[in-house]
Amino acid sequence: MSDFDFSVITANWHFLAEGLRYTLQVTVTAMIGGIFLGTLLALMRLSSIKPLQWFAAGYVNFFRSVPLVQVILAVYLILPLILQFVTGKLIPIGAENSAYFTFTIFEAAYYSEIMRSGIQSVPRGQIAAGYALGFTYGQTMRLVVLPQAFRNMLPVLLTQTIVLFQDVSLVYAIGATDFFGAADKITQRDLRPVEMYTTVAVVYFVICFALSRLVKRLQARIAIIR
Amino acid sequence: MNYHWDWQFFFQEADDGLKYYEWVISGLGWTTAVSLASLAVALLLGSVLGVMRTTPTRWLVAIGDAYVDVFRNVPLIIQLFLWFFVVPELVPEKMGIWMKQDLPYIVTAVVGLGLYTAARIAEQVKSGINALPRGQRFAGLALGFTEWQTYRYVRLPMAYRIVLPALTSEAMNIFKNSAVTYAVGILELYFQYKQIIEKTSQVLEITIVVTLAYFTLAFVMNRLLAFVEKRTRVPGLISGTGGK
Amino acid sequence: MRKSLTVLALSLSIAGLAAPAHAQLSGTLQKIKDSGTITVGHRESSVPFSYLDAEQKPIGYAMELCAKVVDAVKSELKMPSLQVKYQAVTSQNRIPLMQNGTIDLECGSTTNSVARQQQVGFSVNYFITSVRMAVRKDSGVKDIGDLNGKPVATTTGTTSDALIKQNEKGKAIDVKNIYGKDHADSFLMVESGRAAAFVMDDILLAGLIASSKNPADFAIVGPSLRDEPYGVMLRKDDAPFKALVDKTLIGLMQSGEAEKLYNKWFMNPIPPRNVNLNFPMSPAVKAAFATPSDKGVE
Repeated sequence: MSDFDFSVITANWHFLAEGLRYTLQVTVTAMIGGIFLGTLLALMRLSSIKPLQWFAAGYVNFFRSVPLVQVILAVYLILPLILQFVTGKLIPIGAENSAYFTFTIFEAAYYSEIMRSGIQSVPRGQIAAGYALGFTYGQTMRLVVLPQAFRNMLPVLLTQTIVLFQDVSLVYAIGATDFFGAADKITQRDLRPVEMYTTVAVVYFVICFALSRLVKRLQARIAIIR
Repeated sequence: MNYHWDWQFFFQEADDGLKYYEWVISGLGWTTAVSLASLAVALLLGSVLGVMRTTPTRWLVAIGDAYVDVFRNVPLIIQLFLWFFVVPELVPEKMGIWMKQDLPYIVTAVVGLGLYTAARIAEQVKSGINALPRGQRFAGLALGFTEWQTYRYVRLPMAYRIVLPALTSEAMNIFKNSAVTYAVGILELYFQYKQIIEKTSQVLEITIVVTLAYFTLAFVMNRLLAFVEKRTRVPGLISGTGGK
Repeated sequence: MRKSLTVLALSLSIAGLAAPAHAQLSGTLQKIKDSGTITVGHRESSVPFSYLDAEQKPIGYAMELCAKVVDAVKSELKMPSLQVKYQAVTSQNRIPLMQNGTIDLECGSTTNSVARQQQVGFSVNYFITSVRMAVRKDSGVKDIGDLNGKPVATTTGTTSDALIKQNEKGKAIDVKNIYGKDHADSFLMVESGRAAAFVMDDILLAGLIASSKNPADFAIVGPSLRDEPYGVMLRKDDAPFKALVDKTLIGLMQSGEAEKLYNKWFMNPIPPRNVNLNFPMSPAVKAAFATPSDKGVE
């Protein structure tokens, strides 16, 4: 208790920053990919074609029922087996790349629920108006419904992204070097958990707190315009 | 895929004398225990905090808000590590030693997971109370209720019913989040999942079994709360249109 | 019909005979050639075999042995610019990652056991360790018998409990297992007073003690619960690759280069903090170098 030594942080700052950069990369990739896939899933869920509805509902319920940390490990170990089955070759993917993939498909389930309620929040008349203008289904969705759904849901999407940013810390379970993974690796080497975990907690707090305040302000602005 | 399927291994003896399927069952037990205990902590503390944030007393609101800000903005795994590795070093030495040697790990895990989830439940409870018309409180006060009694008899019974769907998803979340407690020494389902992978390398079989187990837990929890929702539905409210 | 079968058999056997002449590649070597990369699995806190230095790069005795193997692969495949990738592994995921092709060889502190040989292959053994326990000197624990009723740390997947039970003095006692996710984690349990002992390979314990805040606070005590050989982990049934790895390692052992490497990592100051493990070569290790073998422990 007497000998806290925060030089362990300054000495390894560069490595921690690298980790933070990877965390941000995974967050942004999974956000873009997840919102894209999630929107497709939401459209499937709301379409009139039964098998598409079932697929989307099954996908979303599946990923919302299993722990993320288990999915991270399972994909890391199983995805290469599937690729081997398909291609007949051993294809190494690596922990870092595996995490990009896992977070994209996992977060898609959560983003899809948000996009679904976003689409449902658009008045039906808007769709009718789209068709009246001679738009196809695709055009109506792309040009009329989705932009509004997206804007209505922007604060919720961003809040989910903050959750995602925090969840990336779980990749340490497969040895990838995200911000927390970097901290954990230094802890394993230098045996200084108290200094390391405290610092990491403070950094996460500052970033997430600032982001969530920004989202709140954005929410207030959007609410006024609407 | 030259994967060697083998479902038999679940019935083989592991080196602690138990069979692998017994590891799964014991993991399932710990997962359920940690989750339910944390849920109880979270509901209790979350309700208190949620109520605090709707009172007219400013410092109560401030405490509630600060709590939610802190506990929502640090990842769960780090919160658990703080409770496990950091807190015992910061408290007086005797207490630290007690925490490390005598305090069962499940307590640390339940505190960590419970306090984390309480922040989320506080948000739900607050929004539930705020969703009620102001008149409900005034009506209570007009009847001679104290502020506390308006919560106890008028506002909370309604607020809980309104936020029950949201609480359902938090209750399901807690089962998923309990997987992270493996990192602080809880031998729950995910821990056993990892351990069985290490021992047998039968990745596919054990993934299927453990995934199904989590799926079942989520499903049971969902149905249970849907039942509660149905039983407590207030006639005449739009929100009471079914337990789906 | 019979004739055609004979012809088929003959042509097959000719093909089989002809194959070595064409140096037909298979398994890991083929994979390395196709992808242009070789992926080395390493540990993060297996001092001094495979661990991270001040720049978080994997280094160590096993890593140097593997570097020689990589050199041999380069010249075998005539690919001097072969790309080498590193992938951190843990004791939980190293075997599945070997099987699913994420790593091509694992250079850490993996015990070559008969049970594991069902799933993966091993090179000749390059180290022999004894399983003992690390304790805080002020804990008063001096032997296995002192552990009764106490919490004992172990790294997930390694079974100190089973080993304690197998020991004569350990038969009558009951310990409470607690699990670290890697060796450093388990050691932290002892350092912070959470666990009374950490049962593990003695050399790894020595490495952890050397890198702790106050090395003088700890001791390695008790009898050897078991002697275990370390080998480089490979994919199972990959004879050509195993032959290359074995040839390289045996060459190092016979030329005396392995002993030089041993002295560099076990008898001299090592990064990142320039501590000296002072761990002289045991008779068992000397024997392993003199008569290389890939026999696994039961």
